[in-house]
Amino acid sequence: MDLFLALALQIVYGVSNLALISLGLAIIFGMMRVINLAHGEFIMLGGYTVIVATSHGVNLWFAMLVLAPLVVGLVGVIVERVLIRHLYGRMIDTLLATWGLSLFLIGAVTTIFGPQTTTTISPPIGAVQIGGYGSSGYELFLILITLAAVAGVYAVLRLTKLGLVARATMQRPDMASALGVSTSQVYMLTFGFGSAVAGLAGGLLAPITGVVPTVGAIYIAKAFITVISGGAAILAGTLSASSLLGVVNGVISYATGPTLGEVALLLTAIVIIRIMPQGITGRFFRKSL
Amino acid sequence: MKLSRRSLLRASAAGAATLAAPAIVRAANPIKMAAILDQSGGLELLGRPMLEATKLAVSEINAAGGLLDRQIELIAYDPQTTIQFYTQFATQAAAGDRVDVVHAGITSASREAIRPVLNRFQTLYFYNTLYEGGVCDYNNFCTGSTPAQTVEKLVPYAMNKWGKKVYIIAADYNYGHITADWVQKYVRDNGGENVAVEFFPLDVTNFGPTIKKIQTEKPDFVMSALVGAAHISFYRQYGAAGVNKEIPLASTTFTLGGEHKLVSAEEGNGMIVSFAYFEEIDTPANRKFVSDLRAFSSEDINYISETTARSYEGVHLWAEGVRKAGTTDRMAVIEALRSPVSFDGPSGTVTIEPKTNHLVQNVAIAELRDQVLHVLETFEAQPPSDTLLVCDLDANPNQSTFYFENGLKAAGIE
Repeated sequence: MDLFLALALQIVYGVSNLALISLGLAIIFGMMRVINLAHGEFIMLGGYTVIVATSHGVNLWFAMLVLAPLVVGLVGVIVERVLIRHLYGRMIDTLLATWGLSLFLIGAVTTIFGPQTTTTISPPIGAVQIGGYGSSGYELFLILITLAAVAGVYAVLRLTKLGLVARATMQRPDMASALGVSTSQVYMLTFGFGSAVAGLAGGLLAPITGVVPTVGAIYIAKAFITVISGGAAILAGTLSASSLLGVVNGVISYATGPTLGEVALLLTAIVIIRIMPQGITGRFFRKSL
Repeated sequence: MKLSRRSLLRASAAGAATLAAPAIVRAANPIKMAAILDQSGGLELLGRPMLEATKLAVSEINAAGGLLDRQIELIAYDPQTTIQFYTQFATQAAAGDRVDVVHAGITSASREAIRPVLNRFQTLYFYNTLYEGGVCDYNNFCTGSTPAQTVEKLVPYAMNKWGKKVYIIAADYNYGHITADWVQKYVRDNGGENVAVEFFPLDVTNFGPTIKKIQTEKPDFVMSALVGAAHISFYRQYGAAGVNKEIPLASTTFTLGGEHKLVSAEEGNGMIVSFAYFEEIDTPANRKFVSDLRAFSSEDINYISETTARSYEGVHLWAEGVRKAGTTDRMAVIEALRSPVSFDGPSGTVTIEPKTNHLVQNVAIAELRDQVLHVLETFEAQPPSDTLLVCDLDANPNQSTFYFENGLKAAGIE
């Protein structure tokens, strides 16, 4: 029973981990049809923000929850102004440009901080005992914060005027523009918002995975697979895809080992894309956000 | 003075000749050495300090008047953690630059890519990284420690300290698989039990399911041969779940890239590791090497590990061989090296073992406490007894085989 509980918790954590690293990418892809290959590096920048801030004496919680999204959101806004806005509607070109950006960011961070960081931060919450099994209290916290982030994104898009305007702009930019919306600003803010969520993920993951300049490469593939499997609906897509892939990966990893766990995850993604080329939300939950 | 074009040309030509002449006489014919070590692309954590140490050794030799009254010219290539560049640069170094020796390779995959190239172009090759053992190549000197030197000491030490049930986790490529084979063998040889063996692709970051499994199996300790940046997550997650206080860790790879500075003291405390060199080795020779390298290096070196120190010692060993041979002719240098030569370096005395072209070297076991390694026990002059099981270059010099390519069973080792 203890094992079952500990394992269930582990799988829920696996799911929320996938959701957390994919959410920022999903916002940018779902709203703007831009695939941001520098997403992993945005996560990495979030991690570095936390490390730099805490080494200057900033409170860890403040650094993770406020500074990381703020800094990476600003980076996102700059990137959108300088690079992305010239490339709307040209998906292949955006792929190339953001891939170049990712290489640039890795190089820049390596130059500034060296190929590895020496600063360490430990998870600020200790271990929790469930029967005979130790689990990380910080992982529990991450599950909760992922839920909060998803709720927050829902609230912004569904309940605020800004969200309404943004969704309208994405559906019919010409009509929104005719009604007096500055579409260019909306694009900029949406991209910044997606980047900020990526920064939040990076900040939160820094204490359990550590940060090196190349850490983004680890996240981008999984985030990408989750978003594509999920389809266009930002929240329903991310949640359904990360639940499915996370459960498959967690169960198979425990039963056989991590190699087959990864294989099973990828296989599931392939099957999803084969049956539902538009992703899960191309068929189910079509009207959802 | 009136300066016509003609007189200007004549004057500058004469000037250039005067300037160039002594330089030409002095550096008539430098000895060329190539270093092919990853400076970017993922393995720079290891490759950058290795190149700095190589440069330090070259500059020391040059400052002392060079080799055979000739300076050494170092040509460095960055293969960017890409195997294809390794073959390309090895060909360039051997056929284009016509170097006298190549010091190259970090992963076993890169070594296996360039070994045939350097054999074909008959260029002497030094591989200075610790690895899984088994290379038997007349032209190739492997100076790193091998499992019979490190794992063989670490496993019984950990079993005496913690108990006989061992859980093995390793990276999913040939180093991890072959090292896991060795760990299993030594656990069996010492009367222990291998509870489980698990392999992880290099990009796995979520170790939650495995940590739960380790808690279910309740081994006496976990033996890790995990590799690379992503796998550092294991140690952090293991610490975060509080398991490291109940089930301790031993490793054949941790700290090699300075990983112990990357996890917190609490997460790393109590772990034991075994290598041929530690920065903390307290001898005058090592203290001098550490301060010289830190002063010489153009960038901060987080931790000086075996691969870095061995890159330095590898260059000096080769230089000893050239001095003894009195020429840079490849066969003469190889014979001189195998005669054999020794070098007193920061890790102690290293001597070439002629049957395998590996090293007889000191190894040590160290424990991690508050991000600092404390040497617990040193084993002097350990032979590469794993490679000696399969390789005898004295009896058969005409070979360039990697015996452990398909694991230990295929090599006939139980």
